[in-house]
Amino acid sequence: MTKKKATIINVSLIVALLVVLYVMEHVLPSTAMIFTVLEKGAIYALVAVSMNLLNGFTGLFSLGQAGFMLLGAYTYGILTIPVDQREFVYQYFDGGIVQFTVPVVVALIAAGAVAAVFAYLIGLPVLRLKSDYLAIATLGFAEIIRAVFQWDKLGPLTNGSNLLRSYPTYNSILFPFVVSGICIAIIVMLINSTYGRAFKAIRDDEIAAEAMGINLAHHKRMAFTISSFFAGVSGALLAMYQTTIQASMFRSAMTYEILLIVVIGGIGSVTGSCISSFLFIIFSEWILRFLDNDTYIGSFHVPLLRSGFRKVVFSVIIMIIVLFFRKGLMGTKEFSVQGICNFFTGKSRKRKTAKGGNSNE
Amino acid sequence: MSNVLKVENVTMQFGGVIAVDNMNLEVNKGEIISLIGPNGAGKTTAFNVITGVYAPTNGAVYFNGKKIIENHPQGKMKKLYQGENSGKYNSVLAPTPDRITKMGIARTFQNIRLFKSQTVFENILIAKHLRRTSNLFTATFHLNGKEEAQMRAEAEELLKILGLEDVRDELATSLPYGKQRRLEIARAMATRPELLLLDEPAAGMNPQETDELTAFIARIRDEFGLTIFMIEHHMDLVMEISDRIYVLDFGKPIASGTPEEIQNNPRVIEAYLGGSVDE
Repeated sequence: MTKKKATIINVSLIVALLVVLYVMEHVLPSTAMIFTVLEKGAIYALVAVSMNLLNGFTGLFSLGQAGFMLLGAYTYGILTIPVDQREFVYQYFDGGIVQFTVPVVVALIAAGAVAAVFAYLIGLPVLRLKSDYLAIATLGFAEIIRAVFQWDKLGPLTNGSNLLRSYPTYNSILFPFVVSGICIAIIVMLINSTYGRAFKAIRDDEIAAEAMGINLAHHKRMAFTISSFFAGVSGALLAMYQTTIQASMFRSAMTYEILLIVVIGGIGSVTGSCISSFLFIIFSEWILRFLDNDTYIGSFHVPLLRSGFRKVVFSVIIMIIVLFFRKGLMGTKEFSVQGICNFFTGKSRKRKTAKGGNSNE
Repeated sequence: MSNVLKVENVTMQFGGVIAVDNMNLEVNKGEIISLIGPNGAGKTTAFNVITGVYAPTNGAVYFNGKKIIENHPQGKMKKLYQGENSGKYNSVLAPTPDRITKMGIARTFQNIRLFKSQTVFENILIAKHLRRTSNLFTATFHLNGKEEAQMRAEAEELLKILGLEDVRDELATSLPYGKQRRLEIARAMATRPELLLLDEPAAGMNPQETDELTAFIARIRDEFGLTIFMIEHHMDLVMEISDRIYVLDFGKPIASGTPEEIQNNPRVIEAYLGGSVDE
């Protein structure tokens, strides 16, 4: 199959997906669980892909994702709460200090930009660290950011530990899909560019990459900043989805959820991250909900099932994956129409599927 | 003949251990120079100094007549370093390895370091990254199509010239050992160097592979107008293609000269050749 043909098929698949979503939105009641799953899935797909760019493609094990999402969410909220609403939202802080609003799209980009600026500054010292140390430092950063945003003294800006609300949200399920889709497409294009190749080289062998003339500090910072930009955007989307923002939402548990998605999907596979984020959300928000509820069969009280048990199950799942399925769903391969065709027609797909990412936007 | 590389009074000291002691050498354009010496003589350390992995304790390195590396004892080393020329250098010039590569010095590694998860072609393509003119934005949105196409064409051409065409889409690590070595050299050459540093290119090769490599090195020197500076233990290879040889023992250069001179040098025979080549 030629590349052109594959592109046509991919584009038509995306259009079909959007049409299906559009129809669903108008046919099903808006409270249907499927919407929650799809919206949150799309948002988590973006942040998972952004984390994969860092962990899977550049080989930097960072756990700061929740912190950058928080920055994005707050930036979005602060910039878009209507001026006449600010008095109510910032009731303890005399309406806050920001007294203007910007359009939603600008706020989304600003959300990413603020996260990126912080990432750049944090990256200057932190990216000198390697593997576990980097993970600990970024995790610490995320926790610090969360604490700082709850600080009373910053109240006029962040509303302290109170909620941010009343900001505009989306009213069509297409919105998170389109925004996530565009962002993921940009990440995929980046990965397929010469810079993406440099990132992968750093992941495979830092010393050799440096000997090939790749400036390590510069490229690591670049990957970190870009990844954080998209984490910021997804934070803003998450804020829209949840309609309120509170710093305590962005705990390290959120980072672990995203890490779980990335690991399940396969470290180094964009489509793997997307698929597994939907799977994860379907299971955690929908199918496995019952684990958190006290359940009686007749008069028999089912043991273990109580609030929080879901988390235990997930912990077990991640242990099983790390021990036995280290490559996750996709490994480093990409899901593509071409790959599937080759699978069914029995062509040699040794290299084809792995390269399929090229045509997968 | 102008010298491409000049190492001047370079000392590399790790705490109390002197890995390279006051080394001086010159590599002229178009030459193949070998650096030999017993294990632990400091050969790879010398390479690491030239390629910017370590900043030397003292001394300077010139490339094409331009000073690219310079250092003098600092900090703890100030007290420890007792060598000659210790007051001679006073400024610090310590570029990172990627900058050295950009200047035109490429290297290979003693233990092969290929990009494991990538194909032969991709390995070479990565080396084209440093000559890019595109920035992050133009590269991401594929506005640099012309440059990208040129990068790919150059990589393809290199594969063809170096005889790696048939394994183009194989994973780098799935190649036989000899080809991996060859790929590493090809990758270094893709950065368009003037000076190529080869760290034990024939390590672990059988005699036939070594012969092929000998011809290969001579060929790339001629075809690409390269200057080659290499560390090697295989004496037949060294004696066959080297224009000049430097011998290092315990970090100190003990002799230099043409292969014939080295073979007849009593100090070299005592330190090194006596045991290892006559067997």
